[in-house]
Order: sequence, then structure tokens, then C-alpha cells
Amino acid sequence: MSHLFTHPLPWYVAGPLIGLMVPALLLLGNKPFGISSNFRHLCAALAPSPCRIEFFSHDWKRLGSWNLTFLSGIFAGAATASHFAPPLVVTLSSHTVTTLQQLGLHDLSGLAPREVFAWASLLTLKGFASMVIGGFLVGFGTAYAGGCTSGHAIAGLADLQPASLLAVGGFFAGGLAGTYLILPMLLR
Amino acid sequence: MLLPYFLLGSAFGVVIVEAEVVSWFRIQEMFRFDAFHMYGIIGTAVLTAAISLLTIKRLGLRGPDGTPLGLAPKRLGTGVQYLAGGTMFGLGWALTGACPGPLVALVGAGTPVMLVAILSALVGTWTYGQLRPRLPH
Repeated sequence: MSHLFTHPLPWYVAGPLIGLMVPALLLLGNKPFGISSNFRHLCAALAPSPCRIEFFSHDWKRLGSWNLTFLSGIFAGAATASHFAPPLVVTLSSHTVTTLQQLGLHDLSGLAPREVFAWASLLTLKGFASMVIGGFLVGFGTAYAGGCTSGHAIAGLADLQPASLLAVGGFFAGGLAGTYLILPMLLR
Repeated sequence: MLLPYFLLGSAFGVVIVEAEVVSWFRIQEMFRFDAFHMYGIIGTAVLTAAISLLTIKRLGLRGPDGTPLGLAPKRLGTGVQYLAGGTMFGLGWALTGACPGPLVALVGAGTPVMLVAILSALVGTWTYGQLRPRLPH
């Protein structure tokens, strides 16, 4: 695999391949591309039956098996790629590098900053906010908005759905607020 | 038959790792408008998906049960759920540096601590389920 890919895989190759997930899933079984539904399916699967409120009372096995399988494929594909391909050295724009260094990050290697995303950092403010609160917002926000990057920003926008345009506006509003207002306070 | 979904998911997993979509740093670069990479990926993904959807519609393709292939329209309502939920997800996207697919891919690619973010996301979805009747949609 290491011989096949230049790093990173160029955007004009990766983007169309990701976009093709939408028709591929439709052709396979008329399924909508959308990953965050799996959180709902997993909640339904894990919930003890007395706590199964309306939002989690759907037939997750019938509706969600294909998507949970797709999700396990993501895990397997990512594991395979990182096992066979050389370690990713992300070449960032120099402006981002300077900014992140000014914010107090020193180690810019790997897929996520080790100073924040480590077991030992879980109980520090930046670690807790990034992983625990960040994760909570991803789960709450995608359930509330009815989709994430795949369902709204890719499939929904491609289908010209007004709801998805609103959602993507929200994604960027939140992302910019997080980047410019919250992260600088956390990292310093 | 679930195997095709597994294979398709695997292909997706390989692409998002190899294109560095799973990188916290790339997401920062995107939100700081410092590089075209992520915009190029999302833009061409939307374009490819849009052309595919149009083609499927033009050809009138149907599933084995006779229903036309396509995405169900999302109920717009007041739009509050999309703006509010979208903004919350955006904050989480900036903080974790990952959306749901990449969270799972990161665990596979050797960042097991992201399991914490995934568990937290499940708690988040669970909490939404509890509050749902009281939230504006």
C-alpha cells in the first residue's frame, strides 16, 4: 500500500472517492450515507429495555446493521492503512504551524497532538475539554441536527436539501467559534 | 448481505486515513483557512455525489422492492434543530478535531484514547434522546 499512495492522498482523488460512497450505498441497498446514525443505533442496542425511550425504540438491527457494519469497516480500513502505509507525517501549512506553536503546542507529529490526546491528559482541562466535552458535543449535536459531515455536508448538500445547508452553516459557525475562541484558552 | 457494506466502509476508512482527513491538524488548518486540502476534498465529494444523484434520478433507478433510489428529504421545520445541533457539532468537531467517521478511524489508526470521545459521543446522543421532547426542532 505504501507504494500506491503519495502522502497525503491528493484532494482530487480522495474527494471523488468519498463522494462515490453516496451512490454506492444507494445501489447496494438504497441506504443513505451518514455515519452519526450509528450513535443512535448503538444507544438503542446498549440501552436496557426499561430505559428505551422513543428516540431509541427503533428496530436498530433491521435499520442499522448495514451502517454498523460500514462503521466496523472504517475501523478495519483505517487500521490496515496505518499498518501497511508509512507513518503519516502531516505537512501542514506554515501559517498553521506557527499559530499552533504560538498557542503552546510543541509536538505537531502524528494524527492528533500528543500533548492533548493522551490518557495522561484526560483529567487536565485541555484533555477533558477536547475528548470528553468535545465528544459529548459531537454526539449531542449530530443527533439534534440529524446528521454529521457525511449525512449533511456531503450527501445532503449534494441532494440540495435546505436542512443540510443550515446544518453545514452551523458546523462552520461552531467550528470557527471552537477554533478561534475556545481552543486558544484551552491550549495556553 | 452485510459484507459489501464492510468492504465499502473499509475503502472509506483507508481513504480518510491516507488523505489525512482524520488528522486533528488538518481540521485546524481547515478552520483557520490556511490550506485548500480539506475544502478540495469536501467540494469534490459533494460534486461527485451530486452528479451521481442526478444520474440515478435521470436513469430512474429503483431498488429490488420498486422504490426509486435516492435520499429521503429532511423535514425542514423551523430549522432550529439544524442550526443549533449543527453549531454544537461544529464546536465538538473543532475540539476533538474529528467528526464521527474519523473518531472511529483514529482508534483503528492507533489513537486508542479517542475511545473516550466515542463513549462521550454516545452519552451525548443518549442525552439528546432524553431531552428531545423539550427541545425546539
